[in-house]
Amino acid sequence: MAKKLVIHPVTRIEGHAKITIQLDDSGNVAGTQFHVTQVRGFEKFTEGRPFYEMPSITARICGICPVSHLLASVKACDAIMAVQIPETASMLRELLHCGQIVQSHALSFFHLSAPDLLLGMDSDPAHRNIIGLLEKHPDLAKDGIALRKFGQQVIERLAGERVHPSWTVPGGVNSPLAAEMREKIRSELPIAKAITRRTLKHFKGILDHFAEEIEHFGTFPSMHAGLVDSRGRLQLYDGFVRFRDAEGNVAGDIERPRDYQKFIGEASVPWSYLKAPYFKPLGYPQGIYRVGPLARLNVAESCGTPEADAELQEYRERFGRIAQSTFLFHYARLIETVYALERMEALLDDEAILDTHVRATAGVNALEGVGIAEAPRGILIHHYKVDDKGAIKWVNLIIATGHNNLAIGRSIDQASRHFVRGNKLQEGMLNRVSAVVRAYDPCLSCSTHAQGIVPMQIELVSPDGTVLDSLSSDS
Amino acid sequence: MSKIKLATVWLDGCSGCHMSLLDIDEGIVAVARKADLVYGPLVDTQQFPEGVDVTLVEGAVSSQEDLKLIQTIRKRSRMIVALGDCAVTSNVPAMRNMVPVKKLLERVYVEGVQEKPGIPSEGVPTLLKNALPVHEVVKVDLHVPGCPPKPEAIMYVISELLEGRKPDLTSKVKFG
Repeated sequence: MAKKLVIHPVTRIEGHAKITIQLDDSGNVAGTQFHVTQVRGFEKFTEGRPFYEMPSITARICGICPVSHLLASVKACDAIMAVQIPETASMLRELLHCGQIVQSHALSFFHLSAPDLLLGMDSDPAHRNIIGLLEKHPDLAKDGIALRKFGQQVIERLAGERVHPSWTVPGGVNSPLAAEMREKIRSELPIAKAITRRTLKHFKGILDHFAEEIEHFGTFPSMHAGLVDSRGRLQLYDGFVRFRDAEGNVAGDIERPRDYQKFIGEASVPWSYLKAPYFKPLGYPQGIYRVGPLARLNVAESCGTPEADAELQEYRERFGRIAQSTFLFHYARLIETVYALERMEALLDDEAILDTHVRATAGVNALEGVGIAEAPRGILIHHYKVDDKGAIKWVNLIIATGHNNLAIGRSIDQASRHFVRGNKLQEGMLNRVSAVVRAYDPCLSCSTHAQGIVPMQIELVSPDGTVLDSLSSDS
Repeated sequence: MSKIKLATVWLDGCSGCHMSLLDIDEGIVAVARKADLVYGPLVDTQQFPEGVDVTLVEGAVSSQEDLKLIQTIRKRSRMIVALGDCAVTSNVPAMRNMVPVKKLLERVYVEGVQEKPGIPSEGVPTLLKNALPVHEVVKVDLHVPGCPPKPEAIMYVISELLEGRKPDLTSKVKFG
């Protein structure tokens, strides 16, 4: 008899999600749905607030990447003030952002996904977590804790606090970098680099064990989008959004942030509080694209830093110019960590980083502003309209995980059809479906700013919609 | 001595309190020696287990799902700690309380899209009229304010609870 599986919640992700898998009479997967189940409403309740409050309010969308929201928000505010911020302020914002990329990528790789990669997709769910990792692979787990700490400390040293700092402001940042903080970060960089190098080496060594996952974890041609500079190199803080198609051709460039709506549309989805953005020229749902580490490395010509570029070359030799497997997000994330550490070093080596002119001041000079940055998980867009006093009249936020919504759905579908057998269900099958979601490192607290947190769940449902069984990893 | 059963849960919040919990860094090794983490976003348990000693709750109670979960948590936990301003006061999530739910959803899913306008209704929980602090829904044994609370304060709370003492938070925490 046909059934439905529900994975609820999907564990070890940053947020709450649920997956429904429809099975046919013979227990094969007939269809899947990815549900996001919380709504928060930032786009509505911020109406009427002064625009300069937006950075600290919208940072509360996400405690994992508050820095990304702070940056997209202050960039939108810079546009409303119509100022060009001091060069040092840009450098400091980028440095802060590199700290966040390192801590967030470390969290995703070590704390959330390494239990699958090192303990095994089929290992005991009671120990398949960071604590279990500390028991079985203490050196690697401690490396993960140390690398995340390094990134968080960079944020703390620059901005005073690790989570929700108030240092980035419209017009720049509110204090210059102290020379001793620069030296502290510099002195710790070699350790962070060494951890990243040995983790990357380890990961490349075990990659061959995951041939099946690489092939079936959402491996399909799609467009990819990411920020690049004028030479097409990887950018995380500033640049323009480039879309590249599955064959590697440039499909479109958003040259000015305010033109994003010419390229990106949004659709509502009946089964999820997470809306589905799409590439407008192709329409919905054909305009599926991916963002985040995998997409950024596909879009960029190069990273622009030597060690990351050497790693990128090796990666492309192995998986082609355009890598299409969702599993490779993990690999791309580690290469980006190398890049972020190299960028950090270059920024700290530049004497201009200590300049004390770090903030431009102005009132409302434009009634609309758009800020775009690369959050660890992909493109983040903040768009505000204000009245002539600077009170918010209208807000739109498109968050990284939103861009990936269609792709996550498709990846879950592909992985479920390959790994799940309803007639002889095993926990490891469902864990693989969850692991597909983990590869995207979805930030469901972010994506649910307006839409929802995603508690994940797997249920078995008959064709008429009756829930017949639900499987949890502890049952 | 058997280990303390520790759970963490994330309701309507940003996960910043969980990040601040992870910001105890190496402290996590010491905590793992004395406590089993039996539920939460970092582990693979899908049902909230019975017989939990301490549950740290981040976030406000905002949907039917949150409500059901916190009621289950109360029944199955000896002690509930409201961790952070959203759990303590409902904070940022409560900023939506001044807007009727239907209006909020229409703004996002009808006015805020170019394709397929419509409020999601399949397999997603209904929002409560208001986002509520945890203590308005169930009894809370300890309040730890902060947005987020500092890692040192969280480490202190956990350490004291693991030793069976009630933490004295005077001068250790503040709102915001």
